[in-house]
Amino acid sequence: MSTRTAGSLRTYLLTRVLLFVPQVIVILTIVFVLMRVAPGDPVSVALGGQRSEEELAELRAAAGYDRPIIVQYWEYISGVLRLDFGHTIIDNRSVAEIFAVNGGATLTLTVAAFVVALLLAVPLGLIAGRFRDTPLDGSLRVFGILTYAAPVFFVGLLMQLAFARGLGWLPSSSQASPVVTARVPSQTNIFLVDALLAGDTAAFWNGVQHLVLPAVTLGLLLTGTFMRIIRVNLIQTMRSDYVEAARARGVSETRVVIQHAFRNAMVPFVTILGLQVALLLGGAILTEQTFNWNGIGSQLVRYLDSRDYIAVQGIITLFALAVVTASLLIDIINAIIDPRVRY
Amino acid sequence: MTEPVLSVQDLRVWYGSERGAVRAVDGVSFDLRPGETLGLVGESGCGKTTLGRGVLGLLPRGAKLDGEVNYGGRNLVTTSRRELQQMRGPELGLIFQEPLTRLNPLLRVSEHFEEALGTHEPDLDKEEIKHRSIEALRAMGIPPTRYRAYPHEFSGGMRQRIMIALALVLRPSFIVADEPTTALDVLVEAQIIRILGDLRRNFDTSLLFITHNLGIVAEACDRVAVMYAGRIVEQGPVTDVFARPQHPYTRELLRSTISLATTGLHYIPGAPPDLIDPPSGCRFHPRCPEAMRMCPQQFPQPVALGPQTVECWLHGPQNLVPEGGQEPLEREEVTVADEA
Repeated sequence: MSTRTAGSLRTYLLTRVLLFVPQVIVILTIVFVLMRVAPGDPVSVALGGQRSEEELAELRAAAGYDRPIIVQYWEYISGVLRLDFGHTIIDNRSVAEIFAVNGGATLTLTVAAFVVALLLAVPLGLIAGRFRDTPLDGSLRVFGILTYAAPVFFVGLLMQLAFARGLGWLPSSSQASPVVTARVPSQTNIFLVDALLAGDTAAFWNGVQHLVLPAVTLGLLLTGTFMRIIRVNLIQTMRSDYVEAARARGVSETRVVIQHAFRNAMVPFVTILGLQVALLLGGAILTEQTFNWNGIGSQLVRYLDSRDYIAVQGIITLFALAVVTASLLIDIINAIIDPRVRY
Repeated sequence: MTEPVLSVQDLRVWYGSERGAVRAVDGVSFDLRPGETLGLVGESGCGKTTLGRGVLGLLPRGAKLDGEVNYGGRNLVTTSRRELQQMRGPELGLIFQEPLTRLNPLLRVSEHFEEALGTHEPDLDKEEIKHRSIEALRAMGIPPTRYRAYPHEFSGGMRQRIMIALALVLRPSFIVADEPTTALDVLVEAQIIRILGDLRRNFDTSLLFITHNLGIVAEACDRVAVMYAGRIVEQGPVTDVFARPQHPYTRELLRSTISLATTGLHYIPGAPPDLIDPPSGCRFHPRCPEAMRMCPQQFPQPVALGPQTVECWLHGPQNLVPEGGQEPLEREEVTVADEA
């Protein structure tokens, strides 16, 4: 009955969204505990030796570090729920402002890397599955392992050497050329979008050129895993009973591959996508450093260097929330693709 | 007598393997008339399924097909892939053994029907497709309210009936049913057999019914073909073959059936032969209780005995049997090797 099916999808989605709440609370608690396990209070760790004791005590009181830990925990949680992630200690920026200003670069990079990974992994996975156990498949498998195992910064350096230094095809660092950056007014803090809003196609093109190397570097990290999962699942579904049954009904080969084999191979692939978001964000930190991108990742490294625990706590909270949200989205997508998930 | 819908002549199917060619079907011939059901029986691995798939050109990569499958004035063995694909569904149907895994789990039942009808009858509009599909499902006892459900919402028996409806909605004139009831319980089995029986009465559909259940053959088939090691060793009307089995293998097979009166199980000693390097002459001779000196030497010729056709030297032709060829085969050398 169609109404019942729709109802069960609704029930599933509702349950899944409700589960999001305890998930968030658990992850926030873990972040809080980890940050407090470090010795010393955040203020003295960041500014100790630079200010007088009185000034430090004042700062501690202002930030609430003289209060009991449970009160601090409550303030942290309720702050996050109000989207108040606190203020950094060393330069008194609001963490929310870091997200707003630097988030654009990270978002651009991760989305582009994801697209690169899909563009590479889907066709390569299909080819590997189609020509399985041939030398071509073998070399693709080696390629997959190498891209997964090679450190991101190392791949980034090789890319810079080959395509920026050696061949001179692409710029090696930053989001756009300084002249161009100065020219484009900042509205959304996402450079490519700003360039389009300003109607500056030259600036947009410049931004795209700057994006290629970091996006490919980070994208390659995901490509290996993606490719192998697509390969093995496609091999399986191509041999499945329903694919043979569809052929026996005279369904065209193209339709058999796309509608029956590929779509079913996507189910386990989508499931692991959620887990890959964590890998993607970790890789983004290193990629931003390597390519001198002013994203959240490089901000995290900067605040880590100056031991600004509040900033680090805020950024890690954001990353954790991003991963939890991504897994929620993936579960929803999965429920839409695969009716069996809803029960 | 009406012209056969399907006429198979000397069909051969090989599979490539590391040790050499596996001759899964080795020179099989039979005819199928409109509305007729031919039961194909034999042990597991004798080539039944391969024969069924070979007729429809649905063999896996690496299989080689030779001979003639005459259908609608052409030889399906030499027909192009593309043409065969267009014939599969509206002319040639296939019903499978495992109903649980044959429907795409991500697609609604309705989407399966829309795909099948949309592929072969592109002129139909949405309403007509829905109407025809629901009619086909209703005939199988699936209520229209379940039209938009997913495969996992049905039991095994219901899924098999959906598979049959999906094959029938295209109104093929010839269907291969490959052990359609093996995975189902006896009550559902009876239901499916009845449905297939109605089908040939109402639509003149010809059926190649592959099974290892001789009871089903007795009940549902007009004629029966007994297969052993890639050959049809005996075929004829079910009543004749079951009443007067002429081939020793058919006799042994019939003796092996289980009924309520069975007190001890009968089985045929030895195992089905290796199809890469089959026994010389008649392939059944190592296991045959009536083997003669003649049997390992030469392949038996098909002999017509009334309505039946048998490939066995017991029935001649006598002029080909040499002097002393009818003496019993000395066993020692064979049994030890084959039983091992």
